[in-house]
Amino acid sequence: MAGRDALAIGTGNFAPVVHALQMLHVTPILEADRLVKVYGSLTALDGLSLAVAPGESLGLLGVNGAGKTTAMNLLLGLTTPTSGMVRIFGLDLWQHRIEILRQINFSSAYASLPSNLLVWQNLTVFARLYGVARPKQRIAELLELLDITHLRHAVTGKLSAGESTRVNLAKALLNEPRLLLLDEPTASLDPDIADRVRKLLRKLQQENGLSILYTSHNMRDIEEVCDRIVFLHGGKVLAEGSPGEIYARFNRTSLEDLFIGLARGEVESIGIK
Amino acid sequence: MPFSFTAVGALVLRYVFLYTRHPVRFVELVFWPLVDLLVWGFLTIYLQQQAAGGFPTTLTFLLGGMILWDVLFRSQQGVAISFLEDVWTRNLLNVFVAPVRTVEYVAATCLVGVLRVVVTLLVLALVAALAYGFNLTTFGWSLLPFLANLMLFGWFLGMVSTALIMRWGQAAESLAWAVPFFIQPLAAVFYPLSVLPAWLQPVARALPCTPIFEGMRSVLAGQTTPWGYIQQALLLNLAWGVAAALFFAINLRYVRKTGLLVKVATQ
Repeated sequence: MAGRDALAIGTGNFAPVVHALQMLHVTPILEADRLVKVYGSLTALDGLSLAVAPGESLGLLGVNGAGKTTAMNLLLGLTTPTSGMVRIFGLDLWQHRIEILRQINFSSAYASLPSNLLVWQNLTVFARLYGVARPKQRIAELLELLDITHLRHAVTGKLSAGESTRVNLAKALLNEPRLLLLDEPTASLDPDIADRVRKLLRKLQQENGLSILYTSHNMRDIEEVCDRIVFLHGGKVLAEGSPGEIYARFNRTSLEDLFIGLARGEVESIGIK
Repeated sequence: MPFSFTAVGALVLRYVFLYTRHPVRFVELVFWPLVDLLVWGFLTIYLQQQAAGGFPTTLTFLLGGMILWDVLFRSQQGVAISFLEDVWTRNLLNVFVAPVRTVEYVAATCLVGVLRVVVTLLVLALVAALAYGFNLTTFGWSLLPFLANLMLFGWFLGMVSTALIMRWGQAAESLAWAVPFFIQPLAAVFYPLSVLPAWLQPVARALPCTPIFEGMRSVLAGQTTPWGYIQQALLLNLAWGVAAALFFAINLRYVRKTGLLVKVATQ
């Protein structure tokens, strides 16, 4: 991806990222500017700024309570920010919500399709919701792509975790989104299926220029799928960069090692200032 | 972008799929109304026998009240249960991140309410005619404004129920069934408004369904179309519609702000 190296700036301040994109005459696909979310006395997110470039895959990492889900909910417009702004495709999320939602999609381990309908029925409903031109053809393409054509007439609630994830991904790809937001999509998948899902996402990203915002606790997911990582801790950006940069910066052998260090409060000792 | 009928159609299609795939779901639409109909039907036959023909129109009053009440109830259920179905199946997040406006989502649930009313009404009308000789056409042209007003009020109560469930979570889901019954004692469904204590009558008069049930009794008593009652119900419905829409919008804003929407959707 052109300009990717220019984006890998490990400051946690995304103004340089946005500036770099502007220099390249590229509008960020997604831009969050100083997002704050306060619930009563709890500051769940404290000034998060980030930008996702076209065709880029950005991972949001953090221990439980770091603010990943809060960030995802704000970026999807499910929750309103206390302050700050979200722009997607250069448009204000709250002023152009429907226009934006038509071009993005979402899959989460915490959301399912209605269990009492057949797979094709669920996909047909969402294809219509997203205004897909040829729903039948698109559904057939996606079922084939995800290797689940045989599940077309299956009851959604009777699918295994792996099958269900792939059906959810089919739903998320129905409208050929320009931006895909994935909240722990490989949670509860066996290693084989998780590997297939990661490869598929990488393929879609490379072939279709799909931009992805990805949250996961699975370090392998993040390393394989994401070009850049944003580490959140206590609602703030602790570190940001490519997986390789992060290793080098903290003198660690793996993301998992770093993650454990953050989770155990060894932040200072592993070098985050 | 204009209101999307395609989005509304897609949301309604879910219920068409659901009901055609699980015919047992029709039991919910038909079973309880039939039980009510039979209980009220036999009770009034008994009352007629005891009174030795002293109040011949009682039977129709009670059956008419029961059937029209069910129109309001099914309409309210269409809105509230449709929302709960999305909560139960953990599909709410998918719908709220799809390009669907709130007004389209609510419109779809209202349309589901209409479909539920049509199914229930047809079955009740048929059974009431066969078992008790009660013909809904007795209401003449009044029937249409009666039904329209009751369906409207059902939608508004459904919106209020949904807003409360959004705010209080699944623990409050029994409100989907309870809300209509909060108002039933005041709605003069089975007895005239004058039966209520004087201090309660102004409260009852503020409900759009009260003049409809009063109007129903006047039609069954042989009077002409009660336009006064219909007009009163329509005006009250307008006020209730505005209030319900505001209540829904304020609550939606609140649950988005507090994160309760996501909590309800993922619990």
